[in-house]
Amino acid sequence: MSKLVYLVPLFPLIGFLINGLGRKSLSKSLIGIIGSGAILASFVVSLVLFFDVKAHGGSVVSYFNFIDVESFKIAFAFQVDQLSSLFLLIITGIGFLIHLYSTSYMHEEEPQHFGRYFAYLNLFVFSMLLLVLGANYVIMFIGWEGVGLCSYLLIGYWFKNENYNYAAKKAFVMNRIGDLGFLLAVFWIITRLGTTNYADVFANAAHLSKFDATVITTLLFVGAMGKSAQIPLYTWLPDAMAGPTPVSALIHAATMVTAGIYMIARSNALYSLAPFTQHLVAIIGLATALFAATIAIKQNDIKKVLAYSTVSQLGYMFLGLGVGAYTGAVFHVMTHAFFKALLFLGAGSVIHAMHHEQDIRMMGGLKKKLPITHITFLLGCLAIAGIPPFSGFFSKDEILAAAYAESPIYWGVGVVTAGLTAFYMFRLYATTFLGQFRGTHEQEHHLHESPSAMTIPLVVLAILSVLGGMVGVPEILGGHHELHHFLSPILTTEHEHHIEHNVEFGLMAASVILAALAIAFAIGRYSKKPELNDANGFGKVLANKWYIDELYDAIVVRPLNAIATFLKNIIEKSGIDGIVNGVGKLVNYSSRQLRLLQSGLVGNYILIMVLGIVVFILIWFYDTTILRMIGKIF
Amino acid sequence: MPIQYYIYLALALFSIGIIGVLVRRNAIIVFMCIELMLNAVNLLLVAFSKMHHGVAYATDKASTVGIDGQLFVFFIMVVAAAEVSVGLAIIVMLYRNTHSVDVNFLNRLKN
Repeated sequence: MSKLVYLVPLFPLIGFLINGLGRKSLSKSLIGIIGSGAILASFVVSLVLFFDVKAHGGSVVSYFNFIDVESFKIAFAFQVDQLSSLFLLIITGIGFLIHLYSTSYMHEEEPQHFGRYFAYLNLFVFSMLLLVLGANYVIMFIGWEGVGLCSYLLIGYWFKNENYNYAAKKAFVMNRIGDLGFLLAVFWIITRLGTTNYADVFANAAHLSKFDATVITTLLFVGAMGKSAQIPLYTWLPDAMAGPTPVSALIHAATMVTAGIYMIARSNALYSLAPFTQHLVAIIGLATALFAATIAIKQNDIKKVLAYSTVSQLGYMFLGLGVGAYTGAVFHVMTHAFFKALLFLGAGSVIHAMHHEQDIRMMGGLKKKLPITHITFLLGCLAIAGIPPFSGFFSKDEILAAAYAESPIYWGVGVVTAGLTAFYMFRLYATTFLGQFRGTHEQEHHLHESPSAMTIPLVVLAILSVLGGMVGVPEILGGHHELHHFLSPILTTEHEHHIEHNVEFGLMAASVILAALAIAFAIGRYSKKPELNDANGFGKVLANKWYIDELYDAIVVRPLNAIATFLKNIIEKSGIDGIVNGVGKLVNYSSRQLRLLQSGLVGNYILIMVLGIVVFILIWFYDTTILRMIGKIF
Repeated sequence: MPIQYYIYLALALFSIGIIGVLVRRNAIIVFMCIELMLNAVNLLLVAFSKMHHGVAYATDKASTVGIDGQLFVFFIMVVAAAEVSVGLAIIVMLYRNTHSVDVNFLNRLKN
């Protein structure tokens, strides 16, 4: 069965080639069918693989040697196991829904750009599948770079807008910083272990010195910081909202940002050897979660709020990874993929209905006009806020319980963040859907529910968001936590702590009550009179994202620009150019001087000749003395 | 006669030749000075040839060592004669064109 695995990335690749090459001749409906159909086909194969893995366990399928140098070989191999098959389902399943949604959302585009869009989208999914399927770090790196490239292409999809291009470049550069860390980690692994295959690396991980393990995991984590938008490399993700909304959904839910989580979960054997890195991961994750949540409170762009909530949720996942709750982190990736895709697509539906208005202050009262979007969005908000029995509750609680076992401080910050999450999500919900409509008359006139190609994915995702948590119901709530058992062959569990059941109940109750209070407060406060003015005081700091972009601008961008200007104006112009021009001028000048020797007077020539002969004779006679003098000088 | 005398004489002739070439402007004098230098060299060749031959002759009556120097002299004289005829022809043409035999008038090709 696992021989079929090559089909999974092949379908999107074919879709990419057909749509990319035929974008000028294919009709829009055909492009949509090819683009979505390719992902659907991958999804079907992924399902088959998933059940095969569930029944028979994982395997590695090797195709050919990608790099073959003497004894060092890197195979182009795919690893189908519990972790990768789960990710395959998330990527292709949610990817398909997003493709389906895009056929309707993007239908106003010209056929040529429509084809380009779907080609990029397919390539994106292809890269992510490669990343997840690779059986060694090098194949993962190919996919890793691929998603970076595709995110650049899709964020800058509307390339006529200079700001969007800037956002695309920012995403690419930020990712490159992280990629460097990843690359160094791979090199380090190769020098220490001589292989990049997961199986060999993890089997020999115990031979690594503590220092090596710490360096490798830290460098890998730097890569994850870039891709999964953690402090300090998170600023690209909110800017990535420049892309079309389904792209945001794809980046945030199915592809790209989960890559970092996947990579660390995959490398859990290495991380278990490096407690220092684990603490680092947990602290960075927690800081990011809290930090991004505070920013999200004051954002007024519907997509920006969701973007910061993604950054925050990713922080949660890293917290889970850092405290050894790998299953919890992967679980949260899954549930987050459901509800974040739902929320983004819901936001897209709102934006579509509002004619590309993204400012929530201009919305309000959309509840009646967009019933399906409203209901599904509400379910998504409940899921992300961690209200039982929605999916987010189970995954978030698993991470929080593990965090409590590690340190109650982690738990405390995590719960505060959960409360903030509930607050800003329902602030968004209340401002958008409740109260009175605040847009223009024209917008109000055109308000309509989106077509079924957009609402069907919403409904499917809403069902998943509600029920998705059922695969990971913890034992104290009478479940079996199937996901945990499913993933246990891949993820180490030695670091998982077990806490008393009544303590765990207490923790759950605390987080749920806090979330419920936050929701009640947010709805009470924002449904009647939303804040329409610009924030001031501390709120202004939050609205301006803690001025982090400005800070980066001041400490990185502007000094670099200054150095570049200095090099250009001083070093280049007067240094390099000076040398080049100087050589030219010197030749010019010296030849002008030498020209004077050509006086045309025979006597002069003879004199020079005679002097030359005399000099030669002198050299002839005193050659040893001259050589000795030269020797002394040098 | 010791070889030194020949060397001093040849040196004197050669120096006179060089100085003449350098300081005089009359083409014919310059020409003569060149001849002087050539003959200084000829003189040396003959002197050294005689010296070597004399040494070898003392032990072997049939020795031909050193005679190639004298042969060279003949070659030089022949070539110099040819050169003199060409050179004098040039000087005659120079005089016809410029009514002068001043070598400094020969810079007409300049520029």
